[in-house]
Amino acid sequence: MSSVVSPIREHLVTNGKTHHDVTEDICRHVEAKPTKEWKIAFTISLIVLVYGSFWVMRTWWEGLGVWGLNKTVGWAWDITNFVWWVGIGHAGTLISAILLLFRQKWRTSVNRAAEAMTIFAVICAASFIVMHMGRPWLAYWALPFPNTFGSLWVNFNSPLVWDVFAISTYFSVSCLFWYIGMVPDLATIRDRATGIRKTIYGILSLGWTGGAKTWARYEDVSLILSGLSTPLVLSVHTIVSFDFATSVIPGWHTTIFPPYFVAGAIFSGFAMVQNLMLITRVVYKLEDYITLEHISLMNKIITLTGSIVGIAYITEFFIAAYSGVEYEKYAFLNRATGPLWWSYAAMMTCNVLSPQVFWSEKLRKNIVLSFVIAVIVNIGMWFERFVIIVTSLHRDYLPSSWTYFTPRMGDIGDYIFSFGLFGTLFLLFSKFLPVINMAEVKAVLKSSSERKPGDKH
Amino acid sequence: MAGKRYLVGIFGDEDIVLEAASTVRQKEVKIQEVYCPYPVHGLDQALGYDRPRMGVPAFFFGLTGTTLAFLLTFWTLGWDWPMNIGGKNFIPFPTNIPIVFELTVLLASFGMAFTFFITEGLGPTAKPVIFDERSTDDKFAMAIDLSKNKISDEEITQILKDAGAEQVNVKEV
Repeated sequence: MSSVVSPIREHLVTNGKTHHDVTEDICRHVEAKPTKEWKIAFTISLIVLVYGSFWVMRTWWEGLGVWGLNKTVGWAWDITNFVWWVGIGHAGTLISAILLLFRQKWRTSVNRAAEAMTIFAVICAASFIVMHMGRPWLAYWALPFPNTFGSLWVNFNSPLVWDVFAISTYFSVSCLFWYIGMVPDLATIRDRATGIRKTIYGILSLGWTGGAKTWARYEDVSLILSGLSTPLVLSVHTIVSFDFATSVIPGWHTTIFPPYFVAGAIFSGFAMVQNLMLITRVVYKLEDYITLEHISLMNKIITLTGSIVGIAYITEFFIAAYSGVEYEKYAFLNRATGPLWWSYAAMMTCNVLSPQVFWSEKLRKNIVLSFVIAVIVNIGMWFERFVIIVTSLHRDYLPSSWTYFTPRMGDIGDYIFSFGLFGTLFLLFSKFLPVINMAEVKAVLKSSSERKPGDKH
Repeated sequence: MAGKRYLVGIFGDEDIVLEAASTVRQKEVKIQEVYCPYPVHGLDQALGYDRPRMGVPAFFFGLTGTTLAFLLTFWTLGWDWPMNIGGKNFIPFPTNIPIVFELTVLLASFGMAFTFFITEGLGPTAKPVIFDERSTDDKFAMAIDLSKNKISDEEITQILKDAGAEQVNVKEV
């Protein structure tokens, strides 16, 4: 029952917060005028977004020639950024769905922001798809429209079409999950608000009253949505990996890709959540809700998934050697020792070695180190995709066409755009919507919070 | 809709309200609904509600998604405009499994969510009756429709107070 307090688990909410304190602490940020720090951060994000938009416009106006692609390397930063953002976009649904199925109560403090991050990361990823279509005004050709609309029916045998279905389903279902989770909290804000705000949050909260029957069905819906989202989240990166694995390029054509991509996605997603939560808890003074215990648990998952990708890297090498296929062997040897060796070294150091520091509990609970490692992990995961994509392409079967890849300002500008977009969206979310799931935190408060001595509960 | 009178018992703790729901019902008082700021497990059983069965709409909408996805992929590439793609089969099986899976999940999720919204009367234009604004903050509001109860107001008030209510208010809707 809810009133059982575990003597071994650390408290998830510290400092004797009451249910009313939870409402106050979270709603305060939604109700107050934007702070100076928020305005500065928002201005910076907007400037980055505008600068990046300039490059996206150039990409569309001049064509893909503004990128550093060449006749051998026909796919580089665009798809690297896409896979990187999609990977980051895995943590939110993972935290809310899989951790709900596993009854991990600590998810309650981080799930809202993680889900929001997921949605924004998927938007960033989708923007790269549209960017590298070349003719973005024909983006709808990716949908199954009748032949009279211009194109033929889409080819359902193609992993790129699977991708369209996977990403759009993932995006829609994540939005739904996020929004349904937010309805009770929006009702809390509605009941505290006055004037125009009451009307707006009244519409957004869909007339939620929190009746016991509604709550029972709501919990049933959440549980089934988690059950549906869990295979969905695993399918998305599996299908993204099919973009490569179903081709016959040495270095891409490997059966290990689906689990390896999914582990990597969880890895980078958790690192991004860690970064955002560490900033949010300081800026919004949420140290009692996002505690060192949360940070430590996140770090444990980062170490676990980092080690899984480490094993995958080594397995790939072993399989390449064991396969006896000359091209496969060369692709991997070239990856580690060829002209792009530095990217391989960056990947190995950042992803496999750096998270190992978290075996120490003291380091796991070190805030600065957690932040730094999370940044390093995301740099490493970007290099992982770069390594897979570019090193497999730049030396093909014909040595006369071997090249090197150097990014141009178009590649960099489009990447900057995605950061501006992500930052702007996340800041808007953190200002106007509750960053912590109040209802869920309140539900675990009695069993998992630190009570002041003398409290009657 | 004037004239409907309710007694609203305000409770401050999840365990007290959970017990109160059973004791109040044992005294033959009909409870309209208990409004909570967060889900209280066991409260729906204590109030005598059926187990929620949102899995049923999810299953049937999911099945619809599966069927539609099979029809879409088979019909477009198999009958409407067969295309020879690398000599592969015109009926795209099993390469359509990702599409079938995604559409199953999509329809199951949205179908279930909209069933939930409709059955609970949730929507942007909904005009909710809020018995106590604190019931989305930290209090539990037990609403009792007086027209549906034969017991006198004073008695119900006493029963609620005995069950642990901090306050009992009269609310006309």
